[in-house]
Amino acid sequence: MARSLKKGPFVDTSLQKKVDVAVATDSKQVIKTWSRRSMITPEMISLTFHVHNGKLFMPVYVTENMVGHRLGEFAPTRKFTGHATDRKVRR
Amino acid sequence: MARIAGVDLPRNKQIGISLTYIFGIGRSLAADICGKAEVSTSTKTDHLGEGEVIKIREIIERDYQVEGDLRREVSQNIKLLMDIGCYRGLRHRRGLPVRGQRTHTNARTRKGPRKTVAGKKKTLTKK
Repeated sequence: MARSLKKGPFVDTSLQKKVDVAVATDSKQVIKTWSRRSMITPEMISLTFHVHNGKLFMPVYVTENMVGHRLGEFAPTRKFTGHATDRKVRR
Repeated sequence: MARIAGVDLPRNKQIGISLTYIFGIGRSLAADICGKAEVSTSTKTDHLGEGEVIKIREIIERDYQVEGDLRREVSQNIKLLMDIGCYRGLRHRRGLPVRGQRTHTNARTRKGPRKTVAGKKKTLTKK
């Protein structure tokens, strides 16, 4: 079920604070965050985030189309490079 | 022969069913359309008057997105997901299920026919 419109988009307060500062000072400093669950809001456009994927921080540059998605969607948590046997088959 | 949105409707079926041969129209939309055009859903497609066919055609063209336009929109949406590099886009790119289904077994609709890996025991890799 979709979230109530009354509440507005969810953004962690910790992240919101950092975003407010970045927007106010117009800084291009990357924002490190663990808040994968935060929704991307229009004011975040053209900021760069480092989103934690459980191990590393993945750089995410926010573009217009990403609004409404969550930060975590752009930092995959799993790494799967294919089966070892796949290479043999292709050869 | 009624021809709507570039699709030939089957002549010997009821119009409520015939309309579902158009991509983007299912049973409930077909019923809505028949309601708007003041046609009974159980009329055979062959027995529709010329005016009724035109009315249905106009309603579909005006209010609904069907066939090519709809297909284009769907593929554009998928392309957008792939371009922004989000999780759903990655799944589309790899041809895996997008909505969190298991892939250990099943997921054959997305993955296609089984590709058996050589070198394993036959009992483990059932065709």
